[in-house]
Amino acid sequence: MDLTVTIVIQGLAFFAVAWLVMRFGWPHIIGAIEERQKKIAEGLAAANKGQKDLDEAKVRAQDIIKEARDKAVQIVDQAGKRSNEIVEDAKSTASTEGQRLLGQARESIVLESTRAREGLRQEVGALAVSGAARLLGREIDAKTHADLLDKLAAEIARG
Amino acid sequence: MGMAAAEAESGGMTEYIKHHLTHLTVNEGQGFWAVHIDSVVFKLSIAALFLVVFITVSRRATSGVPGKFQAFVEMVVEFVDGLVKETFHGKSRLIAPLAITIFCMVFLENFLDMIPVDLLPLLGQKLGVAHLRIVPTADLNTTIGMALCVFLLIQYVGIKHKGIVTFFGEFVSAPFHAHGPVGKILTAAPNLLLRLIEEAVRPLSLSLRLFGNMYAGELIFILIAALTLGSSLAHVSTYLFGTAQFIAGFVWTAFHILVITLQAFIFMMLTIVYLSMAAEHH
Repeated sequence: MDLTVTIVIQGLAFFAVAWLVMRFGWPHIIGAIEERQKKIAEGLAAANKGQKDLDEAKVRAQDIIKEARDKAVQIVDQAGKRSNEIVEDAKSTASTEGQRLLGQARESIVLESTRAREGLRQEVGALAVSGAARLLGREIDAKTHADLLDKLAAEIARG
Repeated sequence: MGMAAAEAESGGMTEYIKHHLTHLTVNEGQGFWAVHIDSVVFKLSIAALFLVVFITVSRRATSGVPGKFQAFVEMVVEFVDGLVKETFHGKSRLIAPLAITIFCMVFLENFLDMIPVDLLPLLGQKLGVAHLRIVPTADLNTTIGMALCVFLLIQYVGIKHKGIVTFFGEFVSAPFHAHGPVGKILTAAPNLLLRLIEEAVRPLSLSLRLFGNMYAGELIFILIAALTLGSSLAHVSTYLFGTAQFIAGFVWTAFHILVITLQAFIFMMLTIVYLSMAAEHH
C-alpha cells in the first residue's frame, strides 16, 4: 500500500465537494426546511387562535341568547301586566261611565216625573176648577180663588 | 460473481487476489508521484453524482409541500443537522454541510463495494484497462486525503473560534493546568507532547478505521469470489463451492450494508465531535 500524490488529489476533491455543498446546496435546503417549520408553527398558532376565538364566540353567543331570553320573559311579563292594567282601566272607566249614565237616567227620570207631575197638577187644577164651576154653576174667578186653588193643586201634587 | 477472467492471464489464487488489489496507476514506479487513477475517477464520479443530485434538489427545494425526493433529501439533511445541533452548540456555517458531505460521499463510495467484485474489472479488461479497483475508500490515499482535510479544518475552526493567541497558547497550557510561572514552564513540554500526539492520532484513526473496514470487506468479497476460481462445470466440487459462494456472498453483502453505513456515520460523527471540541475552550 503506497502513499502517493493521490492523497492530495482525493483531499482536494473532497474539499471541493464540501465547499460546493456549503456554498450552493445546504443553505437552500435548510432554508426551505426552516421556512416550512416557521409556516407550520404559524399555522398551528393560527389554528389555536381560531379555536380560542370560536370558544369565545360560543360563550358570547350563549350570553346573548340568555340575555335575549331574559328580555323576552321580561317583555312578556310587562305585556301581561300592561294588559291587566288596561283591563282594569277599562273596567273602572266602564263602571264610572255606567254610574254616570245611571245618574243621568235617574235625573232625567226625576225630571220627567216632576214635569209630568207638574202637568198633571195643572190639568188636575184645571179639572178641579172646571168641576167646581160646574158644581157651582158659575164662573169661578181664578183670581179670587187662587189661594184656594193653589192649595188644592199642591195637595193633589203631593198626593 | 464471476470466475475471474484474470485467471486466464496468470495462474492461481494468489495472482487473482494480487491482481484485484492493484490500482490502475498513472506515473507508475515514480514513488510519490504515482496517481491511483481508478480511485480518483470513481471518487470524482461519485462526487459529481452527489453534487448534481444534492444541489439540484436544494435549489428547487420548496418550503411548501415537498415532493417525495425532496422529502428524502430533507430527511438526511435533518438527520445530520440534528446530530450537529446536539453536539455543537456554537454557530457554524461549516460543520453541518461538511458533515452531510462526509456522510453521503463516504456512504456512496463505500456502496461501490456492493457491486460484484469481478464485474467492473472484467468490463475494464475488455476495454483494455489492466487493473481496476472501484472502491475509493478502500484506498488508503483517499481516506488519508479526507482525514487531512478534516485535520486542517479542525485547526481552522480552532483558530477562528478562539483567536490565534489562545489557540496556540493551549498547545502548552492544556490538558495540564498550572498556576505560577514555574508550574507553567514545567507543564509546557508534556502539554505540547500530548497535544501533538492528540492532533496526529485523530486523522490517523479516522483514515485507518475507514480504510481498514473497506479494505477488509473488499478482501472478503475477493476471497468469496475466488471460491470458484478456475473451476469447471464438469466437476462436482464446482457445484458445492458455487453454493457456498452464493450463500457466503449473500451473507457478507447483507452484513456489509451495515458496515458501509456505520463507517460513513462514524467518520461523520467523529468529524463533528472533533470540530466541536476545537471550537470549545479548554
